[in-house]
Amino acid sequence: MGRPMQVARYWRHFKEKYRLIGGKCKSCGHVHFPKRPVCPECGSQEIEEFQFSGKGKVVSWTIVRNPPSGYEYYKPYPIALVELEEGPVVLAQLTDVDPEEIDFGMEVEMVTRKVREFEEDGIILYGYKFRPPIK
Amino acid sequence: MRKPVIIGVGLTPVGEHWRLALRDLAVEALLNAMEDAGVDKVDSLYVGNMASGSFVEQENLGALIADWAGLGNIPAVKVEAACASGGAAVQEGVKAVMSGLEDVVAVVGVEKMTDAWPSDATRYLAYAADAEWELFHGVSFVALNALAMRLYMKEYGYTEEDLALFAVNAHTNGAKNPYAMFKKPITVETVMKSPYVADPLKLFDASPIADGAAAVIITTEEKAKEFVDKAKMVEVAGMGRAIDTINLANRKEFLFLRAAKVAAERAYKMAGIEVKDIDFFEVHDAFTVMAALSLESIGAAERGKGAMLAKEGQIAIDGDYPIQTLGGLKARGHPVGATGVYQTVEAVWQLRGEAPNQVPDAEIGLTQNIGGTGSNITVTILRRV
Ligand SMILES: [Zn+2]
Repeated sequence: MGRPMQVARYWRHFKEKYRLIGGKCKSCGHVHFPKRPVCPECGSQEIEEFQFSGKGKVVSWTIVRNPPSGYEYYKPYPIALVELEEGPVVLAQLTDVDPEEIDFGMEVEMVTRKVREFEEDGIILYGYKFRPPIK
Repeated sequence: MRKPVIIGVGLTPVGEHWRLALRDLAVEALLNAMEDAGVDKVDSLYVGNMASGSFVEQENLGALIADWAGLGNIPAVKVEAACASGGAAVQEGVKAVMSGLEDVVAVVGVEKMTDAWPSDATRYLAYAADAEWELFHGVSFVALNALAMRLYMKEYGYTEEDLALFAVNAHTNGAKNPYAMFKKPITVETVMKSPYVADPLKLFDASPIADGAAAVIITTEEKAKEFVDKAKMVEVAGMGRAIDTINLANRKEFLFLRAAKVAAERAYKMAGIEVKDIDFFEVHDAFTVMAALSLESIGAAERGKGAMLAKEGQIAIDGDYPIQTLGGLKARGHPVGATGVYQTVEAVWQLRGEAPNQVPDAEIGLTQNIGGTGSNITVTILRRV
């Protein structure tokens, strides 16, 4: 199973993973996720935080049947590339969905869910997943 | 600059070597290569390896392997570029020879993967992806390639059966390679009947977890004459490497290996050749879709036409674009950090005319080694002297 993830390591990305906050370049306006120290478009280092809406569409997806250790409990689970409304693409699990329903361009919205548990007494990691929007 | 030539090769069969340790595999391949080259000492050692710390709890492979091979107090380091570690180690060795700093250099690629539980091995391999933004979500390396495979089929109208042809070709060729892990030909049906690992990617779309080591000895054309006849010399005519975003989601295009294109262009320029001059290709078919994308990104096929080469039979030994002539990653096996060196050894066999599955009159060969999901790629051009 390997050693439990350190709490400190996870908390570095608290805002990104709980609220889907990425970066926006002050120089060229390019938005990206996750937030980077250098703008991938223009090279500027003037980057501010950017809150994404959490709405997006499925670009591609797969069903993980042989997961990495630590994720066995959830198998099989769907993972997708989701193109956010604002442009960037993120990788995340899909949740609250029948795998048969998943399709190219399917609309999804971000929710915060449990991603992984580290055994008994271990920490629990939460983060963004995506689901078909509740109408 | 000095012209680098490979004068010796050595390797172990790829397989599940439960009775052998990482050091045993590496030393065997290395000593075989030195014997083949007729050298009894080398100026330095470069070790291609991806994840020995995770798989066997051993780092500092430079010291370990040079020490156990009895090479004395030479400089020795590990080179890591995920699954492209072997290709990168070969290129570092070539650079050392070209620079004039070292005259006779040994490169060994090694990986010992079967000491780990399969689900742990799956996790260690995913360390080559972005740990915080990919592995965190429970993605495996196979799953990342499955995302690309689904898109590739949709974008260009291919089926799972079409992509299976790459696996069939690899196994057909691997059956002739005594060092290959799988020596049995398969059919499209074999691939289609294998279980999904990450839909639409099936077990037989993927290369196996394996152990193995391969080695080469590199020196200058001038110095090579002291050790071997011209027939045993193979020139490293060109090389290039490049990176792309480590995180697949951050890629501008999901179906084009930008890093492979850049690396290939550098290698072609250095060798003074074009893709049409190349007689065979050892591309990185860790997954069937990666064989197609590799052919496209290095210029052997137009975009979306990589899988068409397989459908037209052009990737076979007697086709215009023979690939995976000794089985590729799929059938020879893919001991990750060693793979780039296996590719080099196999290209040397072809160019010396010693391959068990010989491409007639092969003069120029290309090896392309991918680390991560296309994030770290090496391309090397080898030419008969
Ligand atoms: Zn910018």
